[in-house]
Amino acid sequence: MTPKTIIEKIWENHVVYREEGKPDLIYIDLHLVHEVTSPQAFEGLRQKGRKVRRPDLTFATMDHNVPTLNRFVVKDEIAKKQITALEKNCREFSIPLADLSSPEQGIVHVIGPELGLTQPGKTIVCGDSHTSTHGAFGALAFGIGTSEVEHVLATQTLWQHRPKTLEIRINGHLADGVTAKDVILAIIHRYGVDIGTGYIIEFTGDVIRSMSMEERMTICNMAIEAGARAGLVSPDEKTFEYLRGRKYVPKGDEFEKAVERWRQLATDEGATYDRTLEIDASTIAPMVTWGTTPSMSAPIDRYVPHPEDFSNDTERKAVQLALQYMGLKPGTPMTEINVQHVFIGSCTNSRISDLRAAAEIVRGKKVAPGVRALVVPGSQAVKRRAEEEGLAKIFIEAGFEWRDSGCSMCLGMNPDTVPEGEHCASTSNRNFEGRQGKGARTHLVSPKMAAAAAIYGRFVDVRKLQSELVR
Amino acid sequence: MQPFTIHKGRVAGIDRSNIDTDQIIPKQFLKRIERTGFGKFLFYDWRYIDERTLNPDFELNRPENEGATILVANENFGCGSSREHAPWALQDYGFKVIIAPSFADIFYNNSLKNGLLPIRLNKQDVEYLLEQSKRADYELTISLEEQRVYDEKGFNRTFVIDPYRKQLLLKGWDEIDLTFVYEPYIVEYEKKYHSA
Repeated sequence: MTPKTIIEKIWENHVVYREEGKPDLIYIDLHLVHEVTSPQAFEGLRQKGRKVRRPDLTFATMDHNVPTLNRFVVKDEIAKKQITALEKNCREFSIPLADLSSPEQGIVHVIGPELGLTQPGKTIVCGDSHTSTHGAFGALAFGIGTSEVEHVLATQTLWQHRPKTLEIRINGHLADGVTAKDVILAIIHRYGVDIGTGYIIEFTGDVIRSMSMEERMTICNMAIEAGARAGLVSPDEKTFEYLRGRKYVPKGDEFEKAVERWRQLATDEGATYDRTLEIDASTIAPMVTWGTTPSMSAPIDRYVPHPEDFSNDTERKAVQLALQYMGLKPGTPMTEINVQHVFIGSCTNSRISDLRAAAEIVRGKKVAPGVRALVVPGSQAVKRRAEEEGLAKIFIEAGFEWRDSGCSMCLGMNPDTVPEGEHCASTSNRNFEGRQGKGARTHLVSPKMAAAAAIYGRFVDVRKLQSELVR
Repeated sequence: MQPFTIHKGRVAGIDRSNIDTDQIIPKQFLKRIERTGFGKFLFYDWRYIDERTLNPDFELNRPENEGATILVANENFGCGSSREHAPWALQDYGFKVIIAPSFADIFYNNSLKNGLLPIRLNKQDVEYLLEQSKRADYELTISLEEQRVYDEKGFNRTFVIDPYRKQLLLKGWDEIDLTFVYEPYIVEYEKKYHSA
């Protein structure tokens, strides 16, 4: 048999109907729904008198605009309307919902894996571009728009052309203090924000194999920032161990049988991709973005670049506009950029291991004067766990605000925003203009780097701190 | 969906790459539960200095771009968030066609689902159109049937579009209705793999 990639295997398993000259009609195993991109889809169903085909394959939560302080008091009337609309829609169409009072509530891409809804081999969609996160489990997961949300609700299928396959192989070993976030930022820095357009990325190599499930989620989460709708990792023992015993995975013998099936999904030896890129992990340093796309970043020991360093006009112009927006001068060492805000959270980096990594840096120290620092756990389950482990205490004693779960300052749809002109070290995924608030200046970093920035009021090289921590 | 067949209109250009959906429609306007009314918030942070003042430097606010229905921009248009509010806002503002060297995948799909036609032309052609768009009277015609973009000065290019999507657009069909035709296949698939 011809060796196949996991991407081809999952795709072929889901073709409902195929005809020359048409996209494939593919079946969707899991549809995750949130409050912002679904109201118009439900409204569409109602107008046409359609029902939700498979409420049992659908799961909803509210995360984008929920307050992370006094969560039951939604002051924003329009946000409240969306939250209420989701509750009403889930009731009307019998869709399971983790609402604000549920212990399972959280960012949709954090709770999917946590609850074991996310499983290898599944096709997973959600009206959110960071759905790629679930690819860490060897699932084919991608973001869709509201029309497609409506289509999936009504038919449990989507018409899709099979994207091309791109392998990004990460070889070697990461240095201490260099994290999954730095790897994905370095990839986007090197290859650009549209390297993945039209492709599904499979991340492979020693570095991926040695990563935990949560680290793999960080990598796959940002596949979309490289332009790919989906990014995934072939499942292995770590994947199965992570899933064992979770709420929605099969139990007992059935689980073992599932594992046997999942094992078959991994990319076969000798399978080929449409394109392969390789990156040597030992060349990666902690990264900080200085601009307004995730590719505009530099290693912490380098400088803000000059527009003239870039090869073409479009890029030079983009860099110039970005530096103007960010209020940064070319040649400034990355370690001299001051921050007034720190945000540890988002579907990229708000899981328990992220909070542990940040707390390790924060332990026994204080947030620098003039810095407002926020920790927003990815889910209520992460929040409880962090409180049990004493991490919350470490953050609170250091002067961090400790919040309830939600998307929060990643996109500032709730009251958590960054004021105009101020800099924020953020563990989120997008540093677009205005993303965290009008005129807000976002710097994407890892949880360790964000924690260190909170303590020093500027970016510091965590590799240097790391040696101090070993005592 | 409104059918798209042929369109002639004025051209506005924004010479930037990586125009993301956060720019096209900032998050504070995503809280509506309708599909309409997003046009006044299009490019909000670029278009307005404050709630009452238009930014005169922003391309769409220039007098020559008033009433434009075709938008030309640079690479990777529509990157970022999956929000369909982005094509809704562009359409509600009055745009029928977006031309760029490349588009982000989700935005491209979302546009087609709403009858907003995204067209990929090569970088050189886009540069030419960006230059032409500075003139108030510059118009382009787009024929979807012929997959052709042309002006009255001899510019004439074909573009590529998936034949299935083209049919849906030309007819203005509801894709869900169409999918229901394949219901027996879905039932068969579910029997095999997904019994409730």
